[in-house]
Amino acid sequence: MMTDLNKLTIAEARDALRKGDVTSAELTEACLTQIEGAGALNAFVHDTSDIAREQAAAADTRIKAGDAPDLCGIPLGIKDLFCTRGVPSQAASGILEGFRPEYESTVTQNLFDAGAVMLGKLNMDEFAMGSSNETSVYGDVVNPWKVDDRQLTPGGSSGGSAAAVAADLCLGATGTDTGGSIRQPAAFTGITGIKPTYGRCSRWGIVAFASSLDQAGPMARTVRDCAIMLEAMCGHDPKDSTSADIPVPDFEALLNGDIKGKVIGIPREYRMDGMPDEIETLWADGTAMLKDAGAEIRDISLPHTKYALPAYYVIAPAEASSNLARYDGVRYGHRARLEQGDGITEMYEKTRAEGFGDEVKRRVMVGTYVLSAGFYDAYYNRARKVRTLIKRDFEQVFDAGVDAILTPATPSAAFGLGEMANADPVQMYLNDVFTVTVNLAGLPGISVPAGLDKQGLPLGLQLIGRPWDEGDLLNTGYALEQAAGFVAKPEKWW
Amino acid sequence: MSIDKDTAAKVAKLARIRVEDDALSALAQEFNDILGFIEQLNEVDVEGIEPMTSVTPMRLKRREDVVTEGGMTDRVLSNAPDAREGFFAVPKVVE
Repeated sequence: MMTDLNKLTIAEARDALRKGDVTSAELTEACLTQIEGAGALNAFVHDTSDIAREQAAAADTRIKAGDAPDLCGIPLGIKDLFCTRGVPSQAASGILEGFRPEYESTVTQNLFDAGAVMLGKLNMDEFAMGSSNETSVYGDVVNPWKVDDRQLTPGGSSGGSAAAVAADLCLGATGTDTGGSIRQPAAFTGITGIKPTYGRCSRWGIVAFASSLDQAGPMARTVRDCAIMLEAMCGHDPKDSTSADIPVPDFEALLNGDIKGKVIGIPREYRMDGMPDEIETLWADGTAMLKDAGAEIRDISLPHTKYALPAYYVIAPAEASSNLARYDGVRYGHRARLEQGDGITEMYEKTRAEGFGDEVKRRVMVGTYVLSAGFYDAYYNRARKVRTLIKRDFEQVFDAGVDAILTPATPSAAFGLGEMANADPVQMYLNDVFTVTVNLAGLPGISVPAGLDKQGLPLGLQLIGRPWDEGDLLNTGYALEQAAGFVAKPEKWW
Repeated sequence: MSIDKDTAAKVAKLARIRVEDDALSALAQEFNDILGFIEQLNEVDVEGIEPMTSVTPMRLKRREDVVTEGGMTDRVLSNAPDAREGFFAVPKVVE
């Protein structure tokens, strides 16, 4: 038997499974053993090992029969935001305590149809609202990367997914990205994650945060693994009216690393005041790598970049306040204990006060405010107009012949858990400054690990692609990955 | 635009989230921090710009107006904190 099965890439595991060198049962057990020993990371929060073993056995039968899609028998972690039938799906919120969906999200169904194995549900920020995984009802996720006494954040909101993949607890994981929730944690943990074009993945059965921005995507150890997972996750779904009815290419087949003649845009507005030198250097290095690989580098301007975060912090809370109105203590989840004489309004107010955490309450109320009579035009409509301008910035650049845009993924490396506790909420929001534009414009974006900072923590670069051209974006990411040659792994301390 | 305690209380009420009186001042301050950040949007010239309604230009699909799934009351009610006789149960709404 091969050793360290949990450390294989998805592509390696697929090939080994097909050759009969390993079984899904063995791969799955190897991961379950690692998960058991990784309680200190707090990445997995709901154990589905029984389901995993059944799925692995079924996958092995399927592989023997010669009917094996790429993901058949591959053990994955599933973010708690995805509804999984009969399995707790809480979006890391107290208000969904005890909720066991009667249905399966389309994305997880697609993965299971392809033969994937679900190891368990992964921790995250509550309702995907956060950039440090400190808002979860299950407690903080700890980044497997460690350089001193501090425990570091894995980023958020898909922090459990990022930590689990980086610590080799699973071969890949699902994430979701509303403002950077796949790409920022991927960068903080030295892994790869792609948010596809809005509409690529069905949102059906994914607990909604901001419906015009939310997209699911894969988080894995390599660009190739992301290509394999993404292909299985996406596709048209009649249950999500915004899911695109267009063909899904064989993303993996498009990976040849050839980017000769591609035009890579370097947006001057992403050079932020106070940006650490190391981020600046990493960005310059990444630019040089793409140039050496034959790409043409072009300075570009995306003039409304500065307004993306403020627009996001109107639009996302507005949509959240509407989406989260469903948590009322009637149909599922938590209901507050009522006093004699309490009516339905008290039930709503007490249930929501008890069930939601502070950040979720804050965003729901900000959303309520910007949508309220008298402020709707000043805040919400203005933000939607600015969003039109942000999208137009990208359209103009792509129309001028740019194939992809290179930016840093985050303004810093992973910071310590608790370090932002006394900062005002806006300080935390700045984590998403490079990623949020992509959600507002509905574009695909990939984060690729590209280097270590001087403390020894991973840093990522982001590539932004044309809408529906994930294939080309993944290939540019693949070229960057090969040039950067990032192979560092966290040393096991947990 | 500055949010005071009364406005914070009104917003909490609209959002149906109970906030205790002694927490309102801090909440108002947080709102002010966030709204202060959002105020930057006023610098943008949005004259003649349409507010975005759909990030990807697409026509929503239509389908026959028929029941696609149904007849599963037990499953619909299976997660309810209080369900009786095939219904969701809530405190008295009308006196």
